[in-house]
Amino acid sequence: MLGLIKDFIDFLTTPTISFTLLTVLTPILFPPTDWFDKLSRKLKVDKLWTNKGGFVGLLLITIFMVMGYTDPNFSKILMKPDNFPIVLLIYSMFFYIWWGMKQAYENDARLAEGKKPNEYHDPDDKVLVWPDLVYIEFIALLLFMVFLIVWSLLAAAPLEEPANPASTPNPSKAPWYFLGLQEMLVYFDPWIAGIVFPMFIIIGMMAIPYMDINTKGNGYYSFKERRAGYFIFMYGWLVLWVYLIIVGTFFRGPNWNFFGPFEFWDPHKVVALNNVNLSEYIWVIGLEKPLPSNILLREAVGFLVVFAYFAFIPLALSKTLLKSMYEKYGSIRYGTLMFFGLSMLALPIKMYLRWVFNLKYIVSIPEWFFNI
Amino acid sequence: MSNNKKKRSLLNTIAESQVWKSIFRSGVPRTRRQRMYAVLGNVFLHLHPARLPRHAVKIGYTWCMGGLSFFLFVVLTITGILLMFYYRPTVEYAYTDIIDLAEQVPLGIMRELHRWGAHAMILTVWLHMLRVFMTGSYKPPREFNWGVGVLLMTLTMFLSFTGYLLPWDQLAIWAVTVGSNMARAHPFIGHEGPGASLLAIGDINLVHSASDVRFALLGGRFVGEATLLRFYVLHCIAVPFIAMIFMAVHFWRIRKDGGISGPL
Repeated sequence: MLGLIKDFIDFLTTPTISFTLLTVLTPILFPPTDWFDKLSRKLKVDKLWTNKGGFVGLLLITIFMVMGYTDPNFSKILMKPDNFPIVLLIYSMFFYIWWGMKQAYENDARLAEGKKPNEYHDPDDKVLVWPDLVYIEFIALLLFMVFLIVWSLLAAAPLEEPANPASTPNPSKAPWYFLGLQEMLVYFDPWIAGIVFPMFIIIGMMAIPYMDINTKGNGYYSFKERRAGYFIFMYGWLVLWVYLIIVGTFFRGPNWNFFGPFEFWDPHKVVALNNVNLSEYIWVIGLEKPLPSNILLREAVGFLVVFAYFAFIPLALSKTLLKSMYEKYGSIRYGTLMFFGLSMLALPIKMYLRWVFNLKYIVSIPEWFFNI
Repeated sequence: MSNNKKKRSLLNTIAESQVWKSIFRSGVPRTRRQRMYAVLGNVFLHLHPARLPRHAVKIGYTWCMGGLSFFLFVVLTITGILLMFYYRPTVEYAYTDIIDLAEQVPLGIMRELHRWGAHAMILTVWLHMLRVFMTGSYKPPREFNWGVGVLLMTLTMFLSFTGYLLPWDQLAIWAVTVGSNMARAHPFIGHEGPGASLLAIGDINLVHSASDVRFALLGGRFVGEATLLRFYVLHCIAVPFIAMIFMAVHFWRIRKDGGISGPL
C-alpha cells in the first residue's frame, strides 16, 4: 500500500505532470477573474485559507516529510544538511502564504461589508516604540537566536572531501537558491537561463511598482482588489521559482536526470534525447531539403516567431482584447508589462514545446552561441 | 507621574546616576514623553519613529521578517569576523583551517551559526519580500524602496554564493563552478556568449577565455587559488560594504516614505 502511494507520488512529481498540475492549480488558488473565483469557491479551494485548511496543508506536508525521512532513497537527499533549508522553504512558503491569504480573505469580507480592513486603527491612537515595539523585536530575535543555535548544535555545517578539480561530482549542483536557474538550463541555453533571465527577474521585479497602477490594497492584506496582480506574482514566484528550486534540489539526480522522491538515484539511468531544432523541423522534415548554408535564411522562421511573440502579440492585444487596458496604462507601461510578462511566460512555453514536440531551439545558431 | 514615593532600589539608583544619564540621556523612561525621548535620543532606536500606528506592531502584519533579516546580517557579521581569525583564504590552508575550526576551536559552532544563518537569511529576505507584496506595500510612495529591496535580495544571494566557496571542499568548488559557468555565456562579454565574436580587431578576439567576465570573476580560467582570494574579499569586504549602503538607503526611505505601510 505504502509502496503504491510512493509510486503514485513519484508519478505526480514528474516535471510534466507536476508542472501542469501547478499551472492549473495556481489560477484556482489565486483566482484572477470572476470565473476562476467561482470555480475556486465551487471546488472549496478557498477553504484552504482558513484555520482548518492551513492545518490540513501542514499535515499533508508533514506526512510527505515523514514518508521521506523513513524512505531509504528520499532520506539520503532529505538528510543532506544543505538541503534542510528546502524543507524550511516548503514549510515557510506554505505557512506564510496561508497566513497572508487568510488575512486577505478576512479583509476582503470586511471590505465587502463596507468596513475598513483589520489593519485600520484610529490614526491618533498610536503606540510607543519604547516599549511596545522594542520588546517585540527583542523577543523575536531571542527566539530566532535560540532556533539558530539549536539548528547549529544539531546539524554540523557540511564539509565534504577537499576540493579536487579533477573529480566532478555527478550531479554538480549550484547552491540551492540558484537551482531554479540551473533547472531552467534544461530548457534554455546558459546565456538565457543564467544571464538574461536573472537580469529580467531583477529588473522586472524592480519594475513591479511602476507597472502595477492599481492603487487599491496598499498597506493591508487583500486579495480581491488585486487578484490579477496576485495571480501573476504567485505564478512567477511559486511555480517558476520555488517549485523549480524544489525540483532542482530533490528530484534531479545524476546527469541531471529526473528522479521521483522515492526513486533510487541510478547513475546509469538513460533518457533518450532526440530534440530537434525548429529549423530542422522546417527544412529537413517539412520541406525535405538540407539545411541552407546561410545562417540567417536557415533560422529565418525562428527569428520571425520570436519577433512575433514579443512584438506582434502585444500589438495585436492592444488593438483587441486589451484595448481598454492599453489606453489606461499608456504605451510605455503597457509595453514594459507585456515584455516582462511574455518573458516570464516564455519559460513554461519552452518547457511545453520541449515536452510535446521535442523542440530544442527556436533559433539555433551554435556558431554564434545564439540559441533561443 | 512624578516620583512621589521614591524607591531607593539599586536599579533605580543606577538608572538615576550621573553615569547612566550621561550614556542614555535620561533616567528610566516612565512617562509617555520620556519614552518618546528614549527613542529619539538613541542612535540605534532612532531607526524607528517614536510612535507607530497600532497595526505596525502586530506580528501578523509584519511577520517580523525585515527585522530578522537585518538581525541575521548582524549575526553573520559577528560570526564572520570571528571566523576570519581562524581562516586563511589559500588553497593550501582553507580546508584544513575549516577542519581545525570544527575540531580545535572551543565553542565551535561559529561556522554552523554562520552557514545556517546565511541560509536562514535568504529565507527571511524572501519572506519579507512576500509580505511586502501581499500587503501591497510596494505601491506609491514606496516604489523606489521596493527596488532597493530587490537589489538587497540579490546582494544577499550573492553574499551567500561567494561564501559558499570558502570551505574549499568538493561541495564548494563545484557549486561555484556550476554557478560561475553561466558567466561564460554572458552576451558580448562572455567568451561563449552570443555576440562575443563580434568584439574583435581583425582576427584577434577581444573576448576569450582569459579576458571575459568569467575570468574577471574567477581570476582565472577555472575555480582556483585566485578565485578563492577574490571570493573571500568579495564575501568579507566588498559585498557587505555595498549591502550596507543599500541597507542604509532602505531603512532611511522607510521613514521618509511615511513609515510602515498601512491602510489610510
